[in-house]
Amino acid sequence: MRIISLAMIERFFITIGEYFIFLRKVFSKPDKWSIFFKKLVFEMDTMGIGSMLIVSIVSIAMGSVITTQTAMQIESSWIPTWTVGFVSRTSIVMELCPTIISLLLVGNLGSRITAEIGSMRVTEQIDALEVMGIHPASYLVLPKVIASLIVNPVLIIFSIFFALLGGYVTVILTGMVSMYDFLDGLTYCFRVYDIVYAVVKTFIFAFVMSSVASFYGYKIEGGALELGKASTQGIVVSSFIILILNVLVTQIML
Amino acid sequence: MIEVKQVSKFFGDRQVLFDINTTFEEGKVNLIIGRSGSGKTVLMKCLVGLFAPEEGVVLYNERDFHHMNEPEQHKLRAEMGMVFQGSALFDSMTIEENVMFPLDMFTNMSNEEKHERVDFCLHRVDLDDVNRLYPAELSGGMKKRAAIARAIACNPKYLFCDEPNSGLDPKTSLVIDNLIYDITHEFGITTIVNTHDLNSVITIGETISFIYEGHLEWFGDKDGVLVSDNQKLNDFIYAQPLTQRIRKSL
Repeated sequence: MRIISLAMIERFFITIGEYFIFLRKVFSKPDKWSIFFKKLVFEMDTMGIGSMLIVSIVSIAMGSVITTQTAMQIESSWIPTWTVGFVSRTSIVMELCPTIISLLLVGNLGSRITAEIGSMRVTEQIDALEVMGIHPASYLVLPKVIASLIVNPVLIIFSIFFALLGGYVTVILTGMVSMYDFLDGLTYCFRVYDIVYAVVKTFIFAFVMSSVASFYGYKIEGGALELGKASTQGIVVSSFIILILNVLVTQIML
Repeated sequence: MIEVKQVSKFFGDRQVLFDINTTFEEGKVNLIIGRSGSGKTVLMKCLVGLFAPEEGVVLYNERDFHHMNEPEQHKLRAEMGMVFQGSALFDSMTIEENVMFPLDMFTNMSNEEKHERVDFCLHRVDLDDVNRLYPAELSGGMKKRAAIARAIACNPKYLFCDEPNSGLDPKTSLVIDNLIYDITHEFGITTIVNTHDLNSVITIGETISFIYEGHLEWFGDKDGVLVSDNQKLNDFIYAQPLTQRIRKSL
C-alpha cells in the first residue's frame, strides 16, 4: 500500500513537471504570426458561437431555479421581498455563472480540445508538424488557449445576462414576488467589483480548461482507447483544479 | 549524404537499436528493410529528430543533427519532407490546403505562386481534381500520393518515407515505388524508405540497410540482396513460398 502511494506521489509531481514544460513550449513564439491570427479567429468562432446555445439554455434554467428556490426560502415577513432579487443576483454573478458555466465548458470545449489534439497525436499529424520544423505545441495549442481566454469571459457575461433574464421571466410568470421588488433587489448595492471578480475567475478557469485539456491530448501514447481515457482524465483534472482555484481565488479576492 | 554512426536507442531499460553504422547516399533511393519490430521506424525517427539517440550521431553532410542548436535544426528540417505510414494528412484541411501548408509556413510566395506549386505537385503524383476533397474522401493510395505531394512541396533535399506501401495492393504499391524513384532522380533528392515490401527491395533499392533485432545485419544494393549468403537476410527475403520458388530458379 505504501509503495503504491509513493508511486502515485511520484507520478503526480512528474505530471506537474511535464505540464509546465508543455506550457513553456506552448508559449514559444509562433512560427508565423499571420497563420497564428488566422487560427485564433477560427478557434474563437468555434468556441464562442459553438457554445452560445448551450450556455444560454443552461443559464436561463439556472436563473429560473435559483430565483424560485430563493423565494421559497424567504417566507418570513421580516425579510423584505426584494431580497429574492438581491440574493439571486449575488449567487448568479459571483458563483453560479463563473463556476458552473466554466465546468460546463470544460465538458463541452475541453473534451473537444483533448480529442482533437489527441487524434492528431495518434495519427502522427503532430509528428508531421515537428518534422516540418513547426513547433506543434505553439501552433496547435496557443491559439486555443488565447481564444478561450478571450471567449470564455464573454460567454460568462452573456450567461449572467441570460440567468438574470431567466429569473426575471420566472418572477413575471409565477408572481412569487412582484416584478418591481425583484428589479429593486437586482440593482440593490450593485458593485462593479462583483463583475470584475466573476471575469477574473472565468479568465483563470479558461486558462486551466484549455491548457489542461490540450496537455492531456498532446501527451497521448497509443490509440483510440488512450484517446478516450485522456478525454476523461482531462475533464476530471480540469474540473478538480477549477474547484480548488475557486476556493483560493474567493479567499484572495473577497 | 546522411551518415549514421554508432547509433543506439533505448526505451527505458529496453535497447532497440544497437550501434548502427550506415550511410544513405545523395540522390539515391536508400532502403531500410527488416521485419516488423526490428527497429526500422525507430531508426527513421532518429534520423528526422523525432527521437534522440542515447549514443552515436546522425550527420547530414557532416553536420551533427542532434547536437545542432534550435535555429540550425529548424533550418535543416525545412530541407526535409516525410511521408508517414498512415499518411498523416491534416484531417481538417482539404488536399490543396495540406499541400499548401508548408508553403504557407516557410515561403513568402504569393497566393497565385502557391496555387501553381500545389497544382504542379499534385499533378506530379497523378492527383488532379482532388484539390477540394478532404483526406477522408480519398483511398489509401491517393492519400499516400497526396502525402508525397505535400512532402515535395518545398523542394526538400531529403525525403523520408515510412512504410509507403503498407495497406496497399501490389499494383498501387508499384505505382508508389515508381513515383518515389522518379521523384528522387528528377529532383536529386536523398530518399530514405522504410519497407518490408520485397517488390520495393528489388526494384528501387539503390542502397539497402537490413536491420535485424536492432542490429545492422547487412548493407548492399538490390543486385546483392538476392544472392547474399547472410542467413538472416535470406530468412527475411525468402520467407514466402513465392520468393522461395524464385530462389530455386536463381
